[in-house]
Order: sequence, then structure tokens, then C-alpha cells
Amino acid sequence: MSLDFNATLSARNFDVSLHLDPGETLAVLGPNGAGKSTLLSVIAGLQRPDSGTATVGGHTLFDLSTRASHWSAPHTRGTVLLAQEPLLFPHLSALDNVAFGPRSAGESKSAARAKALQWLAATETGTLASRKPGQLSGGQAQRVAVARALAAEPELLLLDEPMAALDIHAAPLMRRLLKRVLAGRNAIIITHDVLDVLTLADQVMVLEDGHVSESGPAREVLSRPRSTFAAGLAGLNLVSGTVAGDGITSTYGHVAGMLDAGTAQGQVATAVFPPSAVSVFPDEPHGSPRNTYAVTITDLEPHGDRIRVRAGNLCADITPAASADLALEPGSRVYFLVKATTVSIYPT
Amino acid sequence: MTRRRQGPYSGIPAWVYLIAAAGALFVLLPLVAIIAKVNWPQFLPLITSESSVTALGLSLRTSAASTALCIILGVPLALVLARGSFPGQRLLRALVLLPLVLPPVVGGIALLYTFGRQGLLGSTLDVLGIRIAFSTTAVILAQTFVALPFLVVSLEGALRTAGYKYEAVAATLGARPTTVLRRVTLPLVLPGLASGAVLSFARSLGEFGATLTFAGSLEGVTRTLPLEIYLQRESDADAAVALSLVLVAVAAAVVGLAYGTSRPPRMPRAAQDEPERIPA
Repeated sequence: MSLDFNATLSARNFDVSLHLDPGETLAVLGPNGAGKSTLLSVIAGLQRPDSGTATVGGHTLFDLSTRASHWSAPHTRGTVLLAQEPLLFPHLSALDNVAFGPRSAGESKSAARAKALQWLAATETGTLASRKPGQLSGGQAQRVAVARALAAEPELLLLDEPMAALDIHAAPLMRRLLKRVLAGRNAIIITHDVLDVLTLADQVMVLEDGHVSESGPAREVLSRPRSTFAAGLAGLNLVSGTVAGDGITSTYGHVAGMLDAGTAQGQVATAVFPPSAVSVFPDEPHGSPRNTYAVTITDLEPHGDRIRVRAGNLCADITPAASADLALEPGSRVYFLVKATTVSIYPT
Repeated sequence: MTRRRQGPYSGIPAWVYLIAAAGALFVLLPLVAIIAKVNWPQFLPLITSESSVTALGLSLRTSAASTALCIILGVPLALVLARGSFPGQRLLRALVLLPLVLPPVVGGIALLYTFGRQGLLGSTLDVLGIRIAFSTTAVILAQTFVALPFLVVSLEGALRTAGYKYEAVAATLGARPTTVLRRVTLPLVLPGLASGAVLSFARSLGEFGATLTFAGSLEGVTRTLPLEIYLQRESDADAAVALSLVLVAVAAAVVGLAYGTSRPPRMPRAAQDEPERIPA
């Protein structure tokens, strides 16, 4: 089943198109309010765009491009939504929650329950079948919700931050479960977590302000991000500019680095480098080495066993001892020095 | 029946408690006065006299019928008001709630000029051989007219509180709108529906003005308990007091029931984060 989708919704400044090959999982990233949930609502049929078309595996979800517009009701679409909260029906047992989809599809009560038991077993929640949602922990409830979504046999599974409301113990289990059940299945998952992208997604799409700012295979987007958002997620510094000499000319000045083969002078390009490759100096280093930038510290925060020093969009990771020696605090004027060999530059 | 909670700081000044106590007394004292006035040795014979039993039976039957009618008409109204969006929605809500503030006598007159022989639909109904005014049907219509808003208000509130997230999920799981209504929406708001129905029943039971105007006071046909009490008050005050106490008791039971059901069952979230294991 493949997905083709494009839609605009002017009230939300939303204009997105995407394509998903059979069996692929797409991770949608982006800041809050970027239109990620709108995307899922439109696909699920809960929100109507101004224009656009969408097809899943040859059957049309909506087609508002022609005058005789077609809009199918949510229950006919085969696009099941799994939200941040499990939203299990509180008056039904776990078993009947999972049997809800098959029942709605017209199966008999016993057949639906048999199917539900299979899915509960597949999500390791078989022992919870008779429990009411109020008697389940957050992680258990979300796993039952996964079982319920899958039991409805969706052509496309829509996951809206399914792990955001789980505590740190339940999230890894959920991630493993999703990795298992999403294999070979068409799914779109909204997430803020780079781990989800790495473990679950084939494709990545970054949404910013209702528009696609970047998309591509997950590994490529994370290793060579082209948007500030994706770079932040991958934990990389990102500077854009135009290629000049052995680097790019950017708002920070000249950034020297390792140019991709075939990068032409004057081309728009992106330079990325890890925060660990940035050194911090209180005074301008002697001899003015290349890639030295005078910056004002905006934030200091713990980052693993390091201190992350933020200065606007750039950041550096240094040891706590170094931070103490330099007496860093927000507002300090310092110099960031970046080794050119750690900077990769590629066309945008 | 409020349990005093060892709760957090409430910030209520002491004098507010004083006025609240006065308010509670204002409601309680008349009830005490009725109980004090009851002729206890004659109590049973008074409330089991033939006319009393007839009136009570009629009251219970008509109130049950009007409650059923309130549910049939009120559930769709509440759904449309809480979930729908259409022009004139606010106006419709205002109109549905109008009987809450309308004097019942006015309601009775309005019904009379709708369903009465001279009324808007009267001649049509007459042709069909249906006469509503001054019949038991009229009693039921009068009661439904005044009791409907109680059900609508209570259910609309429950629907708004429940939100539409569950319905959206149910729809994406493949449930058609009627299935969503039957299997998700109504079960979720059942407590609100129950308390609304109980309140409607209580309001129907106490209906007086609209019934008298629209249905009259025919023993066994339209003379419900409140009408009987009003009538007895002139001839036999003891009987009126005894029957009043019966209505107080029924009303108290109904209110108790409504509060019992409107409180959502609190299920402690089993946050027993037991180690969960799934094989990778």
C-alpha cells in the first residue's frame, strides 16, 4: 500500500505533499504548531483541507481538486489514529477495546474477540484482557491501544507522539513493540525523539510552519541535515551560506571545512559540525586561526557528562571543569573555535 | 451530606459559612414544618385513601412516560447542541431552555393553544380523531414540556465534558456514526443521562401549573398528586400535609439518586508500574 498526499489548509498556513512507498514508515518532525497533527487529522478525515488529494493503495481518501469533490468519512478510510494518550474506551475491558475495530467491521462478537486476543498476545498484554482501562498503567494502556489500532487492520497507521506521555521505563518497551509491529507496514509517526527516527522510520519529513522544510531517507537526514530543526535533533551545529574557497560564507563569517566532491563555488551549501568539535576561549586565540567566532553565551545546560554552551544557534560541549575555569555564564563574551577538519560542507 | 475533608486551605471567610448556614436552614425549616404538622396516627389511612392512591399512581405513570419522552427527544437535542455546528444553534439552545424560566401556567396556556381544540394543531388532530387537551396525554405533554430542559442541560454538560476525542478514535477504528453513538458516546455520558432523567422525573412529578391549565383536574385521568394535594388543602388539611410528605420523600429519594449517579466512579489509576516486559 503506498500513500500519495497533498493538501492545503490556508487557515493554518498548511501546505504539505508527501509520498510513501509500500511498507514504509515516515517520521514527521518539527516544532510545536508546525502542522504535524493537522497532517494526521487531514489524512484520518477528522479535518477537511481547502484543497488537495490523497490516495492510499489506489483508493481515494479525498479529492478536492475537481469540482465534484470527494471526501470519504473517517470510518471508511482504513487510517487508524493512535494518539499520545491511549484513549481506551473507559467503559470497555481491554479485550472489548481491541475487539472494537473488528466489531465495527461487522465481525461477530466471538470472532472479534478471538482476533482481539491474538493482538493482545502480540502486544504482550494478553493477561490484561479483562481489565478496565482505569486499572492499567500508562504503558500497559498504550500497548493495548496499539493492539486496538492494529486489530482494525489499518492500511495506514497514524501515530501522534505515541511515546510522549509514557514514563522513561515504559517508553523503551513501547519503542521495541512499535519496531516489531511497524515492520513492513505503512505508518506515519510524529515524534520529537531522534531515537524514534533511528529505530522506526525509513523516511523523515521535517515540517516547519506548515511546510516541508526537509525530507528524505532517515539516515541521510540525520547525518546530513539541511534544516536547523533536523540538525538540532541530530545534535549538530548547522550553518548555511554560499560556497567560497575552502568553505562557505555565512552570517558568522567564513566557515572553512571539508567540501563535498562536486561542490561548486557560489553554490548554496550547508556546513555541519558536532558541538564536541567546538572549543571555547575567553580571549581571541593567538594568531587568529580560521573558524574563530566571537559569540555571546545565551544558555548553559548539562548534557551527559558535559556542559553544553549555547550561543544563539551554535553550541559547544565542554567539560564541567573547563566551564568552571572559564567562569562561563549567560551573557559572557567568548570565542568559539571550530577545527576545519570536523566541518562537513554539502550542497543544500 | 458533605464529608468534612482535611483538605487544603479553602480561603472561605467565616462569615460566608454563617450565611450559608442560614441558607441551608431556609430550605430545611419548611420541611421540618411539614413533618411537625403531620397527623401521624392517621398518616397511613390518609395516604392510602382511594383518591390519594389514584393520584399517586397517575403521577408515577405519567412521570415515567414523560421521562421516557424527555429521553427520546432530549438525547438528540443535547447531541445536536453539544456536538453539532449549524446556524441558529445558540437560538435553539435558548429556546429549549426557555421552559426552565417560563411560569408553568404560561407553558400550559401555550400547550393549550398548540394541541387544544382551538389550537394550532388542534383541528388537524381533531380530524384524525385525536383529542389531547384534558386527557392523560395532556398531563404527559405538560410534564415533558417543563422537564425536557433538565435532561438537555444535564446531558449537554456531560457531552461537553466527555469531549470528542473518543469519538474521533472510534471513527478511525472503522465505526460508523451510529455505532460510535451507541457504543462510545452514550456509554460515556450514561451518568449524565441518568441524572438528567432522574431530574426530569422529579420535575414531572412536581408539575402543577401547566398540568392544571392544559389538562385540568379530573380524578383518575389528569389529577396528579400535586393537584390532589392542592384540592385536599381546602377540605382536609391533614391529608394534604400527609401527601406533601410523600412527595417530599419521593423528591428526596430522586435527588439522592441523581447525586449518586452523577458522580463519576473514581477509578484509582493503577500506577503500580510493575516491571513490564516484552521481548524485543
